[in-house]
Amino acid sequence: MLGGSAGGVTALLCLLETLPADYRLPVVMLLHLPDDRHSELAQVFQRRLALRVKEAEGGETLQPACVYVAPPGYHLLIEQDRSFSLSREAPQHHSRPSIDVLFESAADAYGAALAAVLLTGANQDGAAGLAAVKARGGLTIVQDPTDAQVPTMPEAALALHTPDYVLALPDLRALLKELDKSPC
Amino acid sequence: MAPERDIEIELRLLIEAIYLKYDYDFRDYSGASLKRRVRHALVQFECQTVSALQERILHDPNAFMQLLQYLTIPVSEMFRDPGYFLALREQVVPLLRTYPSVKIWVAGCSTGEEVYSLAILLREEGLLERSIIYATDINPRSLEKAERGIYPLEAIQGFTNNYQKAGGRQALSDYYTAAYDGALFDKSLRAQVTFADHSLATDSVFSETQLVSCRNVLIYFNKTLQDRAFGLFHESLCHRGFLGLGSKESLDFSSFARAFEPVSKHERIFRKR
Ligand SMILES: C[S@@+](CC[C@H](N)C(=O)[O-])C[C@H]1O[C@@H](n2cnc3c(N)ncnc32)[C@H](O)[C@@H]1O
Repeated sequence: MLGGSAGGVTALLCLLETLPADYRLPVVMLLHLPDDRHSELAQVFQRRLALRVKEAEGGETLQPACVYVAPPGYHLLIEQDRSFSLSREAPQHHSRPSIDVLFESAADAYGAALAAVLLTGANQDGAAGLAAVKARGGLTIVQDPTDAQVPTMPEAALALHTPDYVLALPDLRALLKELDKSPC
Repeated sequence: MAPERDIEIELRLLIEAIYLKYDYDFRDYSGASLKRRVRHALVQFECQTVSALQERILHDPNAFMQLLQYLTIPVSEMFRDPGYFLALREQVVPLLRTYPSVKIWVAGCSTGEEVYSLAILLREEGLLERSIIYATDINPRSLEKAERGIYPLEAIQGFTNNYQKAGGRQALSDYYTAAYDGALFDKSLRAQVTFADHSLATDSVFSETQLVSCRNVLIYFNKTLQDRAFGLFHESLCHRGFLGLGSKESLDFSSFARAFEPVSKHERIFRKR
């Protein structure tokens, strides 16, 4: 699971571009963007990635070798059976979708089998979610604030808990590739 | 904080208690979002555990009514997703016109915004007078608000933008008067509307209809309950009747996928085969 806000498109492209088409782990990415710009996000990423990219749909089960994009205007959650659900509840940290909502529900569903990455961004969303991932034994990674286009979001996360890794994008990219090789 | 497993158990017990005591059936709602809403309620109720909350609501119907406000997500907008209403106007209304009288069911109408939007659309198309709209929900407080038809002035600008994008033929302000600190919608708009308590989880079909609009309700249901709801809609709809869903809802994963054909795939409007 990857979450980002301001500057997130570039950061995510950089991370996901080099993942091979047969990357086994399902990838979920959530970006804060205005609703209208958001709609072409899946296409934009599909043009650049080897992996299949699609917008996450309610009721859909997460599959390997796919990057799921959180749709605009809804919260995206993961159910116990590892399928997606959507919600129109109020925005969290002025964000809908919210990274906290995604990470907290994913932590419940995946426990220790989850890796959560928090990237560049200008608000506080994701910090609490990341702490929840850690509390359930998941792996937490924060983009190094000095490497982030906007450091507020990584800094907020670091203020709340100590993640397993604080990394700049190139190292983070290498780690994502490594993760696919580890048994889970 | 209690271990995760305990919370799961407590949640199931809470949902069961609500069902046994108040007949509201949340057992087949999507768990992740329900859990979030209960967590949120815990803070508001100043309860340490879900069990404590359960005790409260079991012995205090008012507390349950309060909890229901968290569980049901009573948020709505007029002409939400304007493209949907435009598609209704352009692609569905011409066919509804061929019926001597039109019955419409707005399932999960919440505080009524969707109902007034439809009523305005039908009025502008000259159909309102021969229509009957059934507006149903499980949240009695939302239904009361819907009947009142008063919306905060802050919301009106957004509603107006939506209305214009939805192909509105007049000014939205023609339909309301400023009252108190809200906009009071013309009561003639609801002359043809019957508001009623009805649950897609526990109740059955009450009338034949030509159009069912059920938006942003099914996203909170699991597949079993979605299928139940689709079954009700299918049963209620007349031959070749229309079904409108929310912008992220689909029939794809349901056992009714083949019972409907798309009218506008993008706007999620379907027609009974
Ligand atoms: C997010 S609102 C949607 C309002 C409106 N349809 C719209 O799209 O703007 C969801 C509504 O569904 C209602 N609801 C939840 N469970 C229901 C059930 N089992 N039967 C009928 N309505 C239900 C809730 O009370 C709430 O008012």
